[in-house]
Amino acid sequence: MKSLVCLKQVPDTETQIKVNADGSGIVTDGIKYVINPYDEFSVEEALRLKEKFKAGEVVILSIGPDRCVEAIRTALAMGADRAVHVGDEALNNGDPFLVAQALAAAAANVEYDIIFCGHRAIDDDFAETGAMVAELLKIPQVTLVTKVEVSADKKTVVCERDIEGGKETVEAPLPCVVTSQKGLNEPRYASLPGIMKAKKKPIDKKTLSDLGVSPEPKLQAKNYSMPAARQAGKKFEGMEPQDVAKTVVQALRSEAKVI
Amino acid sequence: MSKVLIYAEIKAGKIKKSAFELASEGRKLADALGGDLGAALIGPGLESFAADLAKYGVDTVYCVEAPELETYNSEYFGQALAHLITETKPEIVLMSHTMQGKDLAPRTMQGKDLAPRTAAKLGVAAIADCISFRLEGSTLIGKRPMYAGKCFAEWSATGAPQIATARPNVLETAEVPKSGAVSKVSFSVDTDRSTYVTKELNLDASGKVDLTEAEIIVSGGRGMGGPDYTLIEEMAAIFGPRATVGASRAAVDAGWRKHSDQVGQTGKTVTPNLYIACGISGSIQHLAGMGSSKVIVAVNKDPEAPIFTKADYGIVGDLFKVIPEFNKELKAILAE
Ligand SMILES: Cc1cc2nc3c(=O)[nH]c(=O)nc-3n(C[C@H](O)[C@H](O)[C@H](O)COP(=O)(O)OP(=O)(O)OC[C@H]3O[C@@H](n4cnc5c(N)ncnc54)[C@H](O)[C@@H]3O)c2cc1C
Ligand SMILES: Nc1ncnc2c1ncn2[C@@H]1O[C@H](COP(=O)(O)O)[C@@H](O)[C@H]1O
Repeated sequence: MKSLVCLKQVPDTETQIKVNADGSGIVTDGIKYVINPYDEFSVEEALRLKEKFKAGEVVILSIGPDRCVEAIRTALAMGADRAVHVGDEALNNGDPFLVAQALAAAAANVEYDIIFCGHRAIDDDFAETGAMVAELLKIPQVTLVTKVEVSADKKTVVCERDIEGGKETVEAPLPCVVTSQKGLNEPRYASLPGIMKAKKKPIDKKTLSDLGVSPEPKLQAKNYSMPAARQAGKKFEGMEPQDVAKTVVQALRSEAKVI
Repeated sequence: MSKVLIYAEIKAGKIKKSAFELASEGRKLADALGGDLGAALIGPGLESFAADLAKYGVDTVYCVEAPELETYNSEYFGQALAHLITETKPEIVLMSHTMQGKDLAPRTMQGKDLAPRTAAKLGVAAIADCISFRLEGSTLIGKRPMYAGKCFAEWSATGAPQIATARPNVLETAEVPKSGAVSKVSFSVDTDRSTYVTKELNLDASGKVDLTEAEIIVSGGRGMGGPDYTLIEEMAAIFGPRATVGASRAAVDAGWRKHSDQVGQTGKTVTPNLYIACGISGSIQHLAGMGSSKVIVAVNKDPEAPIFTKADYGIVGDLFKVIPEFNKELKAILAE
């Protein structure tokens, strides 16, 4: 079973995001980067598929600046076999279509039965790339997946996916793009031998021109801003439950007007 | 030909509220651009919904029909929508950043799943999950949260059309009656393109609205002390179908609640009118996901809990004592 895992490096969820002085972006100094949590689920699922079929390969595909190599090495230490790293100035802050074009072009040089993307990257929060990669490769997408079952002949996959108010089970022909949702699995930690081995695993470097993709951004961002500082409102301490309940419920109706 | 096109989702035999939000916003944009507002309904036999859309300012309702469009899948619906856009050439297309609805047959749609597929077919990207819009000349600017709401940025699109998805429950609705003339668009699906098929549906008995679309969210964290969420479920039930139950990651990881209930940076980012956090400390990841709620109520026994720095109404106390009283008061006031 050959899996291609699209992996993005993102700021750790603990990061306090600050907008820079001219509002053109965020302050990146001192940010600690990690693998996008949804992409970790993807790596784990791909490893489990390779283990289940006792054959195959897990290839990591990541786009971003040099710092991404750290995230790639972590995935290799978890057990992935090799990686393709697309680094290109033009791709920093790339929009999902440009990124998807580069991912699809890079995928064309790799053999795969299935492609995993995260359902969203927790930095830009677009939740678009997986579907776009699927469209560009003319294969189906199954989004928000919490369970993956590949048929013995590797021709189809049955996935459980989140829908509003429940779950849907769908069957898709392979290859397809699956986007990982929380609940898919518990990602393993990299072991010490895994970390040692990862150092020797190949990372193939590519640029946009290697892939024949022209850097034409479709979206631009400006005027970054912080949320309106939320003032702590009224705090009720030491009141009888009955009194505080009455006070707050009344306030929600007459003051906040939300009920 | 409409300058602005919205994609209207239907659930349980009704146009979704998020579609009226899109129509109201689309109306304003179309007026500013000096053009018409169109709405797309995809699937057979939907023209009866045109009147509802007309109320919210839609001039023309395009009904795209083909037998394969009876049930939703991103590929066929994406083809249909891309076809309509190519034919009618709107400058702006608005969709909802929504999950797929539970009534699979005959027509469920999912903006989140469909928008990127459609955009990619047209060679553009969508400005996802916007909370407000404005125009600079004829350029659409969508403001959207990033890092799960830790900051915002304004995004614009270069290509044509300019596609954006809007977060449900944030844009205001306004009734502006228009004609809602129906224009039927025939279309044949390219069935050579493969897609998935639905095998099975497992619906929650509760039938509750999804977190991202709920107007009121009652959330429980580790302070709930175990999987018994009766108190919180009760409160949500008192509010009725517009409310639902959420959880912190601590509660989800403990196995008390489903993964899909998690609010936060690695769960769902939510913007309800009212968020009631019970026994939740207010970690940076949780606050990121719910910090843009209109009104926040927190019940926590620790007066130093960080959630109180964000709460409009902070109740310091034992939730097991406070919530039952709260539910009584709520029941009384909502019965009035
Ligand atoms: C990569 C990563 C991603 C994460 N993503 C998320 C995310 O998306 N969402 C999320 O929520 N968390 C997330 N977290 C976890 C987060 O850091 C916190 O651990 C979590 O939010 C804590 O949940 P909690 O507030 O329920 O529990 P706690 O922090 O343990 O707080 C429990 C609170 O309940 C109060 N309490 C206890 N008993 C009572 C009582 N009887 N009455 C009233 N109050 C009571 C306590 O005073 C305390 O404040 C993430 C963490 C990491 C590392
Ligand atoms: N720069 C990138 N490199 C590799 N994969 C990416 C990149 N950006 C996005 N992806 C993939 O697309 C998913 C969704 O990202 P997004 O659409 O940006 O929310 C991520 O979880 C990754 O799997």
